[in-house]
Amino acid sequence: MGGWAIAVHGGAGVDPNLPLERQEEAKQLLTRCLNLGISALRSNLPAIDVVELVVRELETDPLFNSGRGSALTEKGTVEMEASIMDGPQRRCGAVSGLTTVKNPISLARLVMDKSPHSYLAFSGAEHFARQQGVEVVDNEYFITPDNVGMLKLAKEANTILFDYRIPTSGYETCGSGVESPLQMNGLPISVYAPETVGCVVVDREGRCAAATSTGGLMNKMTGRIGDSPLIGAGTYACNVCGVSCTGEGEAIIRGTLAREVAAVMEYKGLGLQQAVDFVIKHRLDEGKAGLIAVSNTGEVAYGFNCNGLFRGCATEDGFMEVGIWE
Amino acid sequence: MRREGDMFFKVESEVRLALNKEQGIRKDMGWAIALHGGAGDIPLSLPAEMRKPREEALRHCLQIAVEALKAKVGPLDVVELVVRELENIPHFNAGKGSVLTSKGTVEMEASIMDGATMNCGAVSGLTTVLNPISLARLVMDKTPHIYLAFDGAQDFARQQGVPTLDSTHFITAHNIQRLNQAKQAHTVQIDYTQPIQNYTKKETLFANSDSQIGTVGCVAVDGLGNLASATSTGGLVNKMVGRIGDTPLIGAGTYADARCAVSATGKGEAIIRGTVARDVAALMEFKGLSLQEAATCVVHERTPKGTVGLIAVSAKGEVAMPFNTTGMFRACATEDGYSEIAIWPAAQVE
Repeated sequence: MGGWAIAVHGGAGVDPNLPLERQEEAKQLLTRCLNLGISALRSNLPAIDVVELVVRELETDPLFNSGRGSALTEKGTVEMEASIMDGPQRRCGAVSGLTTVKNPISLARLVMDKSPHSYLAFSGAEHFARQQGVEVVDNEYFITPDNVGMLKLAKEANTILFDYRIPTSGYETCGSGVESPLQMNGLPISVYAPETVGCVVVDREGRCAAATSTGGLMNKMTGRIGDSPLIGAGTYACNVCGVSCTGEGEAIIRGTLAREVAAVMEYKGLGLQQAVDFVIKHRLDEGKAGLIAVSNTGEVAYGFNCNGLFRGCATEDGFMEVGIWE
Repeated sequence: MRREGDMFFKVESEVRLALNKEQGIRKDMGWAIALHGGAGDIPLSLPAEMRKPREEALRHCLQIAVEALKAKVGPLDVVELVVRELENIPHFNAGKGSVLTSKGTVEMEASIMDGATMNCGAVSGLTTVLNPISLARLVMDKTPHIYLAFDGAQDFARQQGVPTLDSTHFITAHNIQRLNQAKQAHTVQIDYTQPIQNYTKKETLFANSDSQIGTVGCVAVDGLGNLASATSTGGLVNKMVGRIGDTPLIGAGTYADARCAVSATGKGEAIIRGTVARDVAALMEFKGLSLQEAATCVVHERTPKGTVGLIAVSAKGEVAMPFNTTGMFRACATEDGYSEIAIWPAAQVE
């Protein structure tokens, strides 16, 4: 009880056939990011700074779906989004539709700290980025050969499902002759790129913060916004907890997932783990998602209803764990 | 004491309502509808030439809504058609009549939610689409996504063949004036390369209180308890290009589930932070509060004064329209005959 706590994630919904080397790579990255956060917490950096610096690290590494290594739109481009929230006064910042900003989470932070608004998107956000002097690069920087390959596969798997000129009914059901029975967001698990990275922290003062960043859904329509930049859906932090979600964006939005954890803690008096379990069980219906959370009393928890969640957590009393499966 | 400008129409007797309450008869499962044209610092001195057209618009929209509900049109269709109507009326901050960005352009956003299925749709950054709420509906019905914005949303609009007009269609002289006033009053605020020291000052962008008009919205429930909510806006006067507010955010400006449907209006940043629309439903669900209690709690206890108003209906056919601003353009009606059109707080009848 008390003390700092931190959790990170690299996305929910993992291919059960993911090669072992990839699993190892992922665990190493999660460990590295956890350690980064832990040193920052030991130097008494406030929670809001810790979540930002950890997510920056996750964005910069091409392994997960954010910043460099983001999933691609149907046009083969990258459109990134992120949000950050500071528990004590529930200040928040979010961005969508970024194409050149190297670290979306830092721009979200600047929206929170340096603009009169909470959410900026597309060309307005890019313009703000230039005014703030953040690092910008060409869109190609974010595109990896892996994802170019994935996009092709996704298109093949979904030519019927995503033809939105034809009224769809139950797009979430399997399309034409795809082998794997496991699906997320209408994509076979082998081509589905887990959507997001995130970090939640409570510092020694009991302040919670949360941050989430993503390239979004593979083969998404340009202009599509998912749950990651939406306060209350993908990200939430208040006096009692900090939450970051990942998975099927539409299900997370509909279930206002991140906000729900705080709501059941506050309105039903549930503890953190109970709240996480409750929300995963009751707020998702058919949707698949996972989340990480910390409480203002120094607890950490995670939950998911799909077949894997890249995650790591640590608390001040020495507990540390990195995992992918149940 | 009734203030000039408040109109209370009681189609059937208020006495009957009072009797029902006394006898513990609750009118469960009748239809109910509420709509709003924005909450904000609407001055009591609002001149008649500004007040009357808005009251007339509210009356007109209420009538359309009631006729539709009586004709058994589903709540999702009802909220869409009411919001379309409000978007077309230039007096409100949505569709035509949207307030302007700092560059003098229009960027419209909207969202819609079907309580029965929890399906939702949202759009932001529209510049030429005649009815943003209908595009949000199409995102919900015709794509695998929930939310499309800016160029991607405009492309989708083109593909769907929805009516579009040159963006000058949406710009009114009044809004050009509002923008100029805002710019003159707050040139310092707009220099956002400087750190904003006091967070609470961020949203005081208006010298002229008339520019404080939030949004339009509609919530409805049919006799079977199916609920729906829709909200649409041009956003904040002098907003940064690309600014997204609460209106297209599910859980903030719009929400509907099996218990209630909510549409919020006011200061977007406060509504986002407070996940206002979802909070009403969450209080009902997790603390067992009634619609009225939940709505009142969210508006008067959980959000700073002067920032928010909302309309809400419950599956049982109840209506609530609380606000903590000076006023909120609003109207409502229920199947048992009650209806109301108002701007400022209701007269206290004790």
